[in-house]
Amino acid sequence: MNKYLYFNILLFSFTNSISCQGENPPKINPENKINYKVDVIVDGIDIPWGMDFISKDEILVTEKSGILYRFVDGKKIIITGIPKAYSRGQGGLLDVALHPDYNNNNLIYLTISSQEGEGSGGNTALYIAKLLDTEITDLRLLYKAFPNTKKGQHWGSKIVFDDNNHLFFSIGDRGNRDVNPQNIELDGGKIYRLNLDGSIPNDNPFKTKRGAKSAVYSYGHRNPQGLVIHPETGVLWEHEHGPRGGDEINLPEKGKNYGWPIITYGINYIGTTITDKTAAPGMEQPIYYWKPSIAPSGMSFSTSDIYPKWKGNLFVGSLVFEYLERLVIENNKVVYREKLLDGIGRVRNVKQGPDGYLYLGVEGIGIVKISPL
Amino acid sequence: MRMFLLIYIFSLLGIFFSIQNKSMDQSIEDGSMIYDDFCIQCHGPLGKGLTKNIPPLDSSDFLLNIGKSISIIKYGSKGPIIVNNKKYNGNSMISQGLDDEEISDVLNYIKNKWSNSDKSQITVKDVNNIKNPI
Repeated sequence: MNKYLYFNILLFSFTNSISCQGENPPKINPENKINYKVDVIVDGIDIPWGMDFISKDEILVTEKSGILYRFVDGKKIIITGIPKAYSRGQGGLLDVALHPDYNNNNLIYLTISSQEGEGSGGNTALYIAKLLDTEITDLRLLYKAFPNTKKGQHWGSKIVFDDNNHLFFSIGDRGNRDVNPQNIELDGGKIYRLNLDGSIPNDNPFKTKRGAKSAVYSYGHRNPQGLVIHPETGVLWEHEHGPRGGDEINLPEKGKNYGWPIITYGINYIGTTITDKTAAPGMEQPIYYWKPSIAPSGMSFSTSDIYPKWKGNLFVGSLVFEYLERLVIENNKVVYREKLLDGIGRVRNVKQGPDGYLYLGVEGIGIVKISPL
Repeated sequence: MRMFLLIYIFSLLGIFFSIQNKSMDQSIEDGSMIYDDFCIQCHGPLGKGLTKNIPPLDSSDFLLNIGKSISIIKYGSKGPIIVNNKKYNGNSMISQGLDDEEISDVLNYIKNKWSNSDKSQITVKDVNNIKNPI
C-alpha cells in the first residue's frame, strides 16, 4: 500500500456539489483545496471499529471480526484472551477504551456482541479487563443486554468517560424498534451510565424506579455509533443512525427520551413512513439531523492547534458516502458542513490522538492520520 | 410390527424432506426477512446498490455464478469485483455470520426478486459444499 494517499478532491467535489433535493440545511460544502496529507499508520484491517491511544505511538484497535490489536513499534500484535465475538450482521468486536487511570491500573473496556446467557443469538456486552503487554487477564463482564436475538442490526456501541468517574456506552434497538427503545424496562435503544467499576451510580435517573433498567441514562435511540464528551464543556454528544433521512446529533441528558420510533425525520428504507410526527411533548429534538443520511460513525472534536482553521469543530465519519464530515457548531447549532477526504472509503471511526492529530479508522485500510502540509 | 415399520419409514421421510426440501416459496419468504435485516441497508429495497462501491443485485450478472455468490455471502470478499462490466471495491462486503440455511434462503430470494427470475433452488447442501472462499 502507498504510504501517502492523495485524493482528487476537485473531481469528487464537483459530482457531490450537485445539491441533493430536500437536503436538510446547511448543505454540505465541497472542500476548497488540498492542504493536508493522509498517512496510513496501521494497515491491513478490514473494519477498524474502535480505537484508543496508550500513547501517541501505541494504539489499541479492534477489528470487527473479533481481533484486538496492539499497535506498537510499527507492528500490530494480536492481543490474546478477549471474549469471543458473535460476528453477525453489524455485530462483532466493537469499541475499546482505556480506563481513565490506565497508566496505573492497566484496565481497558471492550464492547462486544456476545452470546452470553440464555437464548439463541446475542446482544451487546461491556467487559473490563487488565491488559498486560499483549494478553488480557482478569476479564469481567460488567453489563450484558438481553434478550439475545439473531437480528443483525443495531448493537451500538461506543464507550466514553466524563470527568466524574462515569462510563457511558450505547446499545442500539437490536432491530426491534417497536418494543425496545421506548421501554426503560428493556435493553436496547439506550445510552447507559455506569461507575468505572461497573456499579450503578446513585443518581442514575431510573435507579429507584421499579422494574426499570437502572443503568439507563437516556432512551428512545435507534443506533448510536458516535459518542464523545466535549473536551471543554464536558457535555455528552451523541449521533445515531436513523432510518432513511433521519440520522441525528443529540446531546443526551439524564432520563430524557429522544423519541425513536415515535418521532423521527426519517422514513423506512423501502420509502414507507414510520410516523407522521417529528416532534412530541416529552421527547427531545436533535440539534441536527442528516437528510440524506450519511450513515455517521465515530465522532470527535478537534481542540488542538494542529489544524488552526478546524479548532473546535466536530468531525464525523460517513460510511455510506465515504468521507469525513467537518461540522462547525455555534451555540449547539450546526452552521457549516464540509466534506473532507472524499472517496477515502467507509470512514468507521474518528478520534483526536494524544498528540492532537486526527486519526481515522477506514474500512479496507486501517488507521490513517491527517497532517497539515 | 408392520405398523411400526411404516411409521418409522414415514417419519424418516418427513425428516428427510424437512431438511433437504424446504419449499422454494418458503425459502424465498424466509430469505426476504434475512434481506431486510442484513442486506437492505447497503443494497437497498430495489436491489439497485448504493454509491460507487455497492453493486446492484437486480439484473446482476454476478448472480449467474452460484458458487461465487454463495462464497461472497459466506466469507465476504477481498479486492475488487466486477458486476455488469463495472468494477467495485469488494472490501466492503463482509461475512454477515449467516448460517448455511439463511444463505440459501437469501440467495433464493435475491434470485427471484425485482427483475430477477431463476427458479432453480439453492439448497443448504449447495451452501455447505462451498468450504473455502472462491
